[in-house]
Amino acid sequence: MAKTLREVAEKAQAVSLVTVTIDGREVRVPEGVTILEACRMEGIHVPTLCYLEGLSAWGGCRICMVEVEGQPNLVASCVTPVREGMKIWTSSKKVREARKTNLELLLSNHPLDCQLCDRNGSCELQELAYQFGVREIRFQGERKVYEVDQSSPSVKRDPNRCILCGRCVRTCREIQTVCAIDFANRGFDTVISPSLGLPLGESVCVNCGQCILACPTGALSEVSHVEMVWEAINDPEKFVILQTAPAIRVSIGEPFGLPPGTVTTGKMVAAFRRLGFDRVFDTNFAADLTIIEEGHEFIARLKQGGKLPLITSCSPGWIKFMEHFYPELMENVSTCKSPQQMFGAVAKTYYAQKLGIDPKDMVVVSIMPCTAKKFECQRDEMCASGFRDVDFSLTTREAARMLKEKGIDLKEMPEEDFDDPLGISTGAAAVFGATGGVMEAALRSVYEILTGKTLERLDFYSVRGMDGVKEATVDINGMEVHVAVAHGLGNARKVLDQVKAGRSKYHFIEIMACPGGCIGGGGQPIPTNLEIRMKRIEAIYQVDRSLPLRKSHENPAVQRLYEEFLGEPNGERAHHLLHTHYVPRERM
Amino acid sequence: MNTPFVYQDIEEILSRYEKEETPLLCILEDIQEKWGYLPRDVLGYVARRLGIPSSTVYGVATFYAFLEVRPVGKYVIRVCKSTPCHVRGATDVLEALKRELGIREGETTKDGKFTLEVTSCLGVCGVAPAMMVNDVTYGNLTEERIREILALYRE
Repeated sequence: MAKTLREVAEKAQAVSLVTVTIDGREVRVPEGVTILEACRMEGIHVPTLCYLEGLSAWGGCRICMVEVEGQPNLVASCVTPVREGMKIWTSSKKVREARKTNLELLLSNHPLDCQLCDRNGSCELQELAYQFGVREIRFQGERKVYEVDQSSPSVKRDPNRCILCGRCVRTCREIQTVCAIDFANRGFDTVISPSLGLPLGESVCVNCGQCILACPTGALSEVSHVEMVWEAINDPEKFVILQTAPAIRVSIGEPFGLPPGTVTTGKMVAAFRRLGFDRVFDTNFAADLTIIEEGHEFIARLKQGGKLPLITSCSPGWIKFMEHFYPELMENVSTCKSPQQMFGAVAKTYYAQKLGIDPKDMVVVSIMPCTAKKFECQRDEMCASGFRDVDFSLTTREAARMLKEKGIDLKEMPEEDFDDPLGISTGAAAVFGATGGVMEAALRSVYEILTGKTLERLDFYSVRGMDGVKEATVDINGMEVHVAVAHGLGNARKVLDQVKAGRSKYHFIEIMACPGGCIGGGGQPIPTNLEIRMKRIEAIYQVDRSLPLRKSHENPAVQRLYEEFLGEPNGERAHHLLHTHYVPRERM
Repeated sequence: MNTPFVYQDIEEILSRYEKEETPLLCILEDIQEKWGYLPRDVLGYVARRLGIPSSTVYGVATFYAFLEVRPVGKYVIRVCKSTPCHVRGATDVLEALKRELGIREGETTKDGKFTLEVTSCLGVCGVAPAMMVNDVTYGNLTEERIREILALYRE
């Protein structure tokens, strides 16, 4: 495994240092780091394509070549460890020529139509061509021609734009352990292919979209709902309702030049109101609702000896993963729909009745940090209102693009509030956006409901942060409740295998498909890396702290919803609208 | 060739390599030996039984020129396109075969007799350009010789 810079720094304190010379400057770096890492520690960002922090290094693209004195050939810096006394040149004539030639070779088999590409402006290949000053391509030859794979409801594959760096393959295998895609064929015919050559939509792909974040070019992108949303907005017959996920307010500033970790809730609301939505509501409202339903489900299972551990169900990537790889744990998974779907079901029933609008004229649009949400809202089960509960789901990237198309600069927006009542939420809902958040929100409510006492310390620090698997034990009425939190499906596997083997002590488990939770989702602005994920997480807790109410069961709009419409938590109507079921899927 | 497969037969093949640490290639070879190619469902089955991702199995199955993931003809012709053969006229050999058989690379003749493929080095550079028809290797190929060879198989 490649090391994150944090791990490199930790290692630096633990191991001895070696002296190397980088571009004539003598430096001391930790033994065992690669030349690439050593250079980065010295502030020289050697260009890369196939290398990605957090994945194993492969050395395939030959862009990170450097010259090492005494070695006849250039070496790939991402896979070559430093040695004592090494003399490294990172921009000699030989290095520059080799890199440029390799880049030209990649470009010679790449469509040169950047204007038509989803990643225009965020493409690493484009950026390198600019940095290297490529003005002509000396090589001409056969070009690959592939069909674009649009079979998946979430992820679009355009192998013509693929440079075979393998970052998607390694992400899918090493981070998510889904292994939906791999290299197939050989030589010029090499292609990244879903398993068994099937279309992606028929594969075990869980739609998490982490491969999109990993892709340096436009070979992988989300299936766009932008045109459908414009059409709805521009249709005077339609009443178009927007819901924004907890993670959007801490990331949508980035495409407008704000630093990662900027909280933009008020500006975001103002911007989307101006985009033309009839109501701007908050998925956080439904997150509070989810906590009430899931909290009561957990309490019922605890009291009545139901199936434990209970596992959260908010992450549609995780749900599909479970359906493929852990169908035997299906009964452990909460029957609660995700907040996105709860919102849609409530909007098209309760809210439509309140307004006296026919739900068939209502369009519910969500902005999600997620590509799997596109799949989720199209699942057969998601029509509790009698209509598609959620019609369209935009990623953060798509939403930012729509604002830009209209000419709205988020930075210049005033601060505005969400609409009432489906825009009211608590800090407990806010933390849904970060790994550990659903667990923390659930604990805040479950504790108070079960004990009847006020929780003094609301912050459950042990379930926060970027550790892959986190655990905590909470004393509730003298009972030790053990909980665990996993994010990234590779980490989830570790916990799930324990449960499967009957070796798990946990009562309640939160699983999020994406590293960092929703703030690191496959629909988030590019780049999304460890550093940016951590900044977004900080911002999430900042939102939580800033809110007057921080427990879901104190949300007055949710309380009203139960009084006026739903009845009891987990009651008949709540069950019909807010709960769902799962289907085992093939493992191919 | 193209016999319908049954999972018992695959189990029998799998049992031959129980002690091997990395049995995948051997298993794929044996399956192809028996059915002429590697059916998609069989690849999925092998992956499940070995506990490895089917995307990995598919990657291996498509990497090697001698493994087929699509049904092939009775005779598979593999034309070497490595450098020595290329220099000695492999392109002409391929063109001649395409003309004679009326098919392109990767295709099978309508009568199901011939499949035309290209492959990397066959290891007989001394008699380049070369090709194989199933297990038999032919070198020093010319257009005339290709016609003679095909005639042997057309009987």
